[in-house]
Amino acid sequence: MMLSKYLFYLFSILAIFSSVMVLMSKKPIHSVLYLTLAFLAIAGHFILLNAQFIAIVNVIVYAGAIMVLFLFTVMLLNLNFSVEQKKPAIVRFSAVIAAGLLFLTLTGAMKRTDVLFNGIYVNSQIGLVKNLGKVLFSEFRLPFEVSGILFLSAMVGAVMLGKKAGD
Amino acid sequence: MQDITQTITHVPIEHYVILCSLLFVIGVAGVLIKRNALVIFMSIEIMLNSINLLLVAFSAYHNDPAGQVFVFFVMIVAAAEVAVGLALVVMVYRHTHSIDIDFLNKLKW
Repeated sequence: MMLSKYLFYLFSILAIFSSVMVLMSKKPIHSVLYLTLAFLAIAGHFILLNAQFIAIVNVIVYAGAIMVLFLFTVMLLNLNFSVEQKKPAIVRFSAVIAAGLLFLTLTGAMKRTDVLFNGIYVNSQIGLVKNLGKVLFSEFRLPFEVSGILFLSAMVGAVMLGKKAGD
Repeated sequence: MQDITQTITHVPIEHYVILCSLLFVIGVAGVLIKRNALVIFMSIEIMLNSINLLLVAFSAYHNDPAGQVFVFFVMIVAAAEVAVGLALVVMVYRHTHSIDIDFLNKLKW
């Protein structure tokens, strides 16, 4: 059963490639489409980890709702032009250097720690909807309700910001 | 369906750490490099997703459901953030006819 290993590397390469292409694309609409591809690759990772609920929610929320928001913004503002002002070369160069140093720090810190996990074969069942729902509606009941209030306030804020000042 | 729930992974957790660090770093570089506000939002989404993946990986490897519940809340906050943020982008575009963040250096209208 080595299939999951190959699928892991396939999804990893797909996610990294499409994330880089989000930054490399000239047009914003291509960035949005590559971002959708990256989200789908990460949803594939979730399925490999047997986190089915999170995978489905990821597809619905990110690849569905958030992508529609981005695409509507690109469409409403008519942003599909390819001439984009770029930052100075020194800023871009130092940004890439800084990001590379951050990556080295993160992975280097992992090399010096103890073994993160001893087992080799992981067969996790906690990501199923049944098991996760039990935890979500018992232990995390209050945060769940509070997040509803957060959504309501976000909706009110978006509507208030979106309407014209005169109305 | 039974096969899907029996998924066994052979991938060491270190590979997940490296993958998620790489995705996070790509997001950081995007925030630093780009001037288009929309692409900066997309980079933030990449960073949030990489953290989500790492939380799910650790929670699956350690059999702790709290990590996946946290991922759920991160997604909720990300959705609210995108809704408000894109409304802000639309408002900025109405005022300046551009979504270039380097024009937003006045801090007053």
